[in-house]
Amino acid sequence: MLDLAPDLTQAAGWMPIVFLVVMGLAMLAYVILDGYDLGVGVLMRRASDDDKDTMVASIGPFWDANETWLVLGVGVLLTVFHKGYGIILGALYVPVALMLIGLMLRGVAFDFRVKAHAAHKPLWNRLFYSGSLLAGWSQGYMLGALITGFASGAWNIVFNAVIGAALVAAYCLLGAGWLIMKTEGELQLRAVRWARGSLWFTMAGIAAISIATPLVSPSIFGKWFSFPNIVLLLPIPAATAVLFWIIYRSLHRLPVRLAQGNEYGVWVPFGSTVGVFLLAFYGLAYSIFPWLVIDKLTIWQSASAPESMGVILVGALVVLPVIIGYTIFAYRVFWGKSTALKY
Amino acid sequence: MEGLDGFLLARIQFAANITFHILFPTISISLGWVLLFFKLRFVKTGQQHWMDAYQFWVKIFALTFALGVVSGITMSFQFGTNWPGFMETVGNIAGPLLAYEVLTAFFLEATMLGVMLFGRSRVSETTHTVATWLVAGGTTLSAFWILALNSWMQTPAGFEMINGQAHVTSWFEVIFNPSFPYRLVHMLLASGLTVAFLVAGISAYRWLRQDRGADVMASLKTGVYLAAVLIPLQIVAGDLHGLNTLEHQPAKLAAMEGIWKTEKGVPAVLIAWPDEKAKTNRYEIAIPKLASLYLTHSWDGEVKGLDQFEGEHPPVAPVFWAFRIMVGVGLLMLAVSWATSFQLAPWKKGQTRDLTVWHARVLVAMTFAGWVALIAGWYVTEIGRQPWLVSGVLTAADAASRVPAPTIAFSLVLYLALYLSLLVAYITVVFYLARPKPQDGKPRGERLEDQLNVVNYPEKKGASHA
Repeated sequence: MLDLAPDLTQAAGWMPIVFLVVMGLAMLAYVILDGYDLGVGVLMRRASDDDKDTMVASIGPFWDANETWLVLGVGVLLTVFHKGYGIILGALYVPVALMLIGLMLRGVAFDFRVKAHAAHKPLWNRLFYSGSLLAGWSQGYMLGALITGFASGAWNIVFNAVIGAALVAAYCLLGAGWLIMKTEGELQLRAVRWARGSLWFTMAGIAAISIATPLVSPSIFGKWFSFPNIVLLLPIPAATAVLFWIIYRSLHRLPVRLAQGNEYGVWVPFGSTVGVFLLAFYGLAYSIFPWLVIDKLTIWQSASAPESMGVILVGALVVLPVIIGYTIFAYRVFWGKSTALKY
Repeated sequence: MEGLDGFLLARIQFAANITFHILFPTISISLGWVLLFFKLRFVKTGQQHWMDAYQFWVKIFALTFALGVVSGITMSFQFGTNWPGFMETVGNIAGPLLAYEVLTAFFLEATMLGVMLFGRSRVSETTHTVATWLVAGGTTLSAFWILALNSWMQTPAGFEMINGQAHVTSWFEVIFNPSFPYRLVHMLLASGLTVAFLVAGISAYRWLRQDRGADVMASLKTGVYLAAVLIPLQIVAGDLHGLNTLEHQPAKLAAMEGIWKTEKGVPAVLIAWPDEKAKTNRYEIAIPKLASLYLTHSWDGEVKGLDQFEGEHPPVAPVFWAFRIMVGVGLLMLAVSWATSFQLAPWKKGQTRDLTVWHARVLVAMTFAGWVALIAGWYVTEIGRQPWLVSGVLTAADAASRVPAPTIAFSLVLYLALYLSLLVAYITVVFYLARPKPQDGKPRGERLEDQLNVVNYPEKKGASHA
């Protein structure tokens, strides 16, 4: 596949790869970080009013920064791979618009629900829930479209819609795992039950994607099912299966332990789900690289001028460690069980 | 025809989005600094009312910030969905500027916002103050980068065109392009004025509802004095910006002033009805030779008219009117802020120093006056740039999307409905937050809506920094 690449010793050769890594990691950070808060938003529909406040409190200090990773990921696509950006966002016009509306609704509902007239609170709660659902589903839909190279047949739409549902389930699993870590008492036990429900949907979704993806995309089929690739890649599905088993077992043991006031292993469901996301991301990256639009546009064809990439690279190398530093600082400040939000 | 419709819809959508978006950063930029001022006053004096003022305004800040973030995310996508030609042509310049905004400003403000809003009980007082400072600094840095890009689109510099793509020759010239210093100062002052009138207006609203605690009065004075100081500076900055426009974008200036023919001793048009077809002003009221004086500093100076830019000048009426609305609101701001400052002036003692009902009502009416002037000013500069997207490099039509018109129409309707409802909700909630909450003897709850906004603490020297 690197035969598509120009000379990798030149800036025009290696810089796009560096930026692909930056963009990929930003998107991965987004999916995991905003994933849990979108998941908490989707789960909120099933919670009591008091629990709703606690759930919002658990994501309150973080959601804003979480969404910024999306801006960074899209920002790299926009600034470095702008030819790809025009094609991709043009093809995804409708799901992007739906996602943005979802993100807007939940972002503002987050603030309005506690500031507006108390009688309007249920309305903002509903908007928070539906915005989270719409945003998560649209993101999955776009993921489906990316896998199929933006084909637009009827079956592709079904495929994309199913991936949308699977991503929502995975976000719920992540969100429930987050709540198990950050809350206590009745809500914590309820989060364990939510996690169990989401787990089945997530597993079914990932299995469906793994089977369907090679079928809808001949080029991905060729990459995975040729010797010796298939042997080298086998650890990915195997490790995913192991992680699912660990989550399953942990979710069955947790209620007993929590009833005894034992918090041992509360991080296991969340941590393992993050592991599943990492593996899925790795598999996906392997499937698509070095294409930006499968079989149509490589990262080198869509990259901007090396001197512009260089300017951004310098900034990114200096600033990204600082960003990661103060992000860790913020998570440490709000470490432990979440408390009521007051300000 | 299909293409034209799509072009028009894409423009309406982008204009609607940018108009909606700009309302909120404008407030959060300066409100961040006002909050830092309240916080520093509290730290220095130990007077609780400064912290009460902080805690009231930080709620509005959080709400405003959230609206700015979500509408800003939308913008970052619409660059690509609506203007693919923009990045294809000038992506080498716009790209790094936008990337630096995200890297240096977005993450900083978004992460520190969590600490600023919710972390006061979890970090030291100093760390909390630093977090507030970083949020304010982040919003301002964000404005720096985005205005650098916007100014470059108005007055491009420091680049060369190779194969239809802009390549940078000097980053310094790109960032500090001819109109950038003027635009940055003009915009930051506009942000300051918007917040000054917001703070004064909402505080006057609380005052009218008999909510006259020390925190309300402190906010009120902060808003009024800030406005009184900033408005003369803004008039000077605006004038300098106008002269800069005359030098670099004469077509825009001619449209703003309603000057159709190039001539010497040009009159200053106060009011008129610009007629695009007849290429003249109807019902004109003008002061002879005045425009030549303030534009060229000579009674007989020559000013280029729209006849020099046949087919390449912006639509005249919207620019002409938007400019007059901006200047009109600015003069109103001057009158109101100075009159109220005089009423509240420190050298007056006792009862006469208090606000009168009429002063308060005018301030309430002017709460969002900053928004009106701001939007009018943006329309002057953005419509005034037409038909160019990047002056002399790329027209808006060439950069427009090829997404089919019905698709754009569908999303446009959704966006417009959403923006309108959110705007109504925002204004309603801001005033709702300002209403005194019922205090029927029930204990203060943990929930935000149960908390009192106002507490009259006795002012003590060296009170504890709770």
